[in-house]
Amino acid sequence: MQAKGRVFKYGDNVDTDVIIPARYLNSSDPAELATHCMEDIDKDFVHKVHKGDIIVADKNFGCGSSREHAPIAIKAAGVSCVIAETFARIFYRNAINIGLPIIECAEASRGIDGGDELDAAFHSGMIYNRTKGTEFKGQAFPEFMQKIIQAGGLVNYINSQN
Amino acid sequence: MGMTMTQKILAAHAGLDHVEAGQLIEADLDLVLGNDITSPVAIHEMDKMTVKTVFDKDKIALVMDHFIPNKDIKSAEHCKCVREFACRHDITNYFDVGEMGIEHALLPEKGLTVAGDVIIGADSHTCTYGALGAFSTGVGSTDMAAGMATGKAWFKVPSAIKFNIVGKPKKWVSGKDVILHIIGMIGVDGALYKSMEFVGEGIKNLSMDDRFTIANMAIEAGGKNGIFPVDELTEAYMKEHSRRPYKVYEADEDAVYDAEYTIDLGALEPTIAFPHLPENTKTISEITEDVVVDQSVIGSCTNGRIDDLRTAAAILKGRKVRKGVRCIVIPATQAVYLQAMEEGLLKIFIEAGAVVSTPTCGPCLGGYMGILAAGERCISTTNRNFVGRMGHVDSEVYLASPAVAAASAVTGKISAPEELGL
Repeated sequence: MQAKGRVFKYGDNVDTDVIIPARYLNSSDPAELATHCMEDIDKDFVHKVHKGDIIVADKNFGCGSSREHAPIAIKAAGVSCVIAETFARIFYRNAINIGLPIIECAEASRGIDGGDELDAAFHSGMIYNRTKGTEFKGQAFPEFMQKIIQAGGLVNYINSQN
Repeated sequence: MGMTMTQKILAAHAGLDHVEAGQLIEADLDLVLGNDITSPVAIHEMDKMTVKTVFDKDKIALVMDHFIPNKDIKSAEHCKCVREFACRHDITNYFDVGEMGIEHALLPEKGLTVAGDVIIGADSHTCTYGALGAFSTGVGSTDMAAGMATGKAWFKVPSAIKFNIVGKPKKWVSGKDVILHIIGMIGVDGALYKSMEFVGEGIKNLSMDDRFTIANMAIEAGGKNGIFPVDELTEAYMKEHSRRPYKVYEADEDAVYDAEYTIDLGALEPTIAFPHLPENTKTISEITEDVVVDQSVIGSCTNGRIDDLRTAAAILKGRKVRKGVRCIVIPATQAVYLQAMEEGLLKIFIEAGAVVSTPTCGPCLGGYMGILAAGERCISTTNRNFVGRMGHVDSEVYLASPAVAAASAVTGKISAPEELGL
């Protein structure tokens, strides 16, 4: 899986409340959730994001609530990949389970700015910053998680096991 | 190498003699939990599965608590979806209006969670049941769906941080102050992916409700779970509330920890987390300027239990909520509500000028029942103070104990009970 897009850059501890505020959790429709994605941290995000764009953040991305609506909103907004120094553990699990590509890479989060153009290869964890001409290697996923990702998420993986 | 409490529980549920930190395992589940926000997504995912039946209708708990009683049409549709699913699968532990309470207060009270269990819940505060010596952790809706269908979940075995609790807390210092102090010390990702294991002779000085509060907020330090050893108090609680057999696991003496801290309860002061992270803590004596508040919320899965309401009532008794402050008290379950009524606590709250609500998560997550306008401030016994958590992005939430929230409701600014001569 290859991601190619422009970067939206955020800092530490981007929590699930700012990714998708609870006032919108009376819906579980991905398209509707996408219209409020990142609303409380970046009001312009939904107007500026293009299909394929990439979110890059510092540490503990997705902390807070277990709401799967957060990775769902990001994916439905067209984001192809999220790169962060670290992810909060429930967000990490949820992203894998729903098939939202994520890469953990501290160097990348430090060496990438908002507006940079990236190429990211999800399977290898390689990230190329086309704007700056720099390259980063993210954390590879354990084999078990690769299988879930390759199946297209946990539901497909379980279906394939039965 | 020895195992931690968490590792032992996970090993037993994976059918293994030994596990190590970092190992990927598949564990049998004793309970799978969901609420009115996360369950509809899980039900939708389960519809895509080839397995069409639940693994065990007695080991699934569906609690309608976040936007309940329905706050709007969309919330009503969500609850209807879950209600129909519960009916279709004959789910034993479906809790709707009239029976429901805030899930993490309700399940231990109903005896559905006991020591030695492995529990997943599509709610981040599922870590609460660690207070009983169970392994419990929050997951998303897809994990919940997989858990309902298969009765299993995959886990990466966590390493652990050990918190050695010593001493006895001073008057008006509670479990909330303990966990806010710890989060302030290690940060909101200080226990990322790890277990927080609480041990030590000081634990006997913490009530069960204090322990629930502490385990509840392990997630606010990024923890996978928080867990307490089982003592006489835990056993008495489980025997009172549950008929299920429980199993006690103790950490091996040679268990390995990533870090160890000693927490002297006697040295703690009322502690408040300032906006916009639970790690931004100050003790009450470190607050040098008046922090005027517009609202005080006393409730939630963190602090809506009977001990919490008794503490708030002890402060509000014979006093008045300051004009201009809205004080909202939310008993966490119907049983807590009834108990509070029988003890006369509700009368105290109402006479003080507070409102008392049916159980709901409402204001904690900015759902309903106490939303803040731009520029408003709330002192709250809830668990998160992120930007916009309780309403407008320009509002502020200060996290505190029931004692501080009640005292602040009276003075109109963040205050310790001592300021009222208590």
